[in-house]
Amino acid sequence: MDNVFLYAGIYLCLLMTLPLYRAVFGPTVPDRMIGVNAIGSKTTVLLILIGAIYQRVDMFVDIALAYATLNFIAVLATSRYFQKMKGLYDSKTPTQDNPPGERVK
Amino acid sequence: MNIIVTVFLIVGLFFFTGGSIGILRFPDFYSRLHPAGKCDTMGLLFTLGAMALNSLHGFSLPEVLTALKILLIVVFIFITSPTATHAIVDAGVRAGLSPWLKKPHIDEDLI
Repeated sequence: MDNVFLYAGIYLCLLMTLPLYRAVFGPTVPDRMIGVNAIGSKTTVLLILIGAIYQRVDMFVDIALAYATLNFIAVLATSRYFQKMKGLYDSKTPTQDNPPGERVK
Repeated sequence: MNIIVTVFLIVGLFFFTGGSIGILRFPDFYSRLHPAGKCDTMGLLFTLGAMALNSLHGFSLPEVLTALKILLIVVFIFITSPTATHAIVDAGVRAGLSPWLKKPHIDEDLI
């Protein structure tokens, strides 16, 4: 049974490279935020798997819970920060000053 | 019990695979949020459900408490993952990110 957890963890580590590509080469800033968020949610599972491999799930559960909380707070903080930067992109699209119902010429 | 745990792990890893490939392959920021949310909720539900079942060998108190804590992580992610996705898309909209349109003349027509 330990081998199953080991291979699942290795597969999860390999799977993390795909959002890592999006986080490094993402064309826009929110793309990078999506990549970081996906990596964080995979790391939560990976911590529980490591705890099952070392037979100490009771200790690693607390670490995983703290990591999930940190991931959530980091995403909220970065999104609040980039919300303030209007005009970060070429803005012909709905913004707060230009709501989606009424498009300006 | 081992077979159930393995099947749950494989189903969860399948959802994680689909979510990761979707994050890589979708054309637009707004459509990339869809596989991100799916991979968070469904993959975490199945993989952490498998780990909670695995920690329940007998029904002694520490094992039940560990399983309950793992399910608490699942509940926490179920609340926070849609919130984080909504915060990211709100940041994208307010910063003025343009959505992906298939035909360019529709774009000129609308703007």
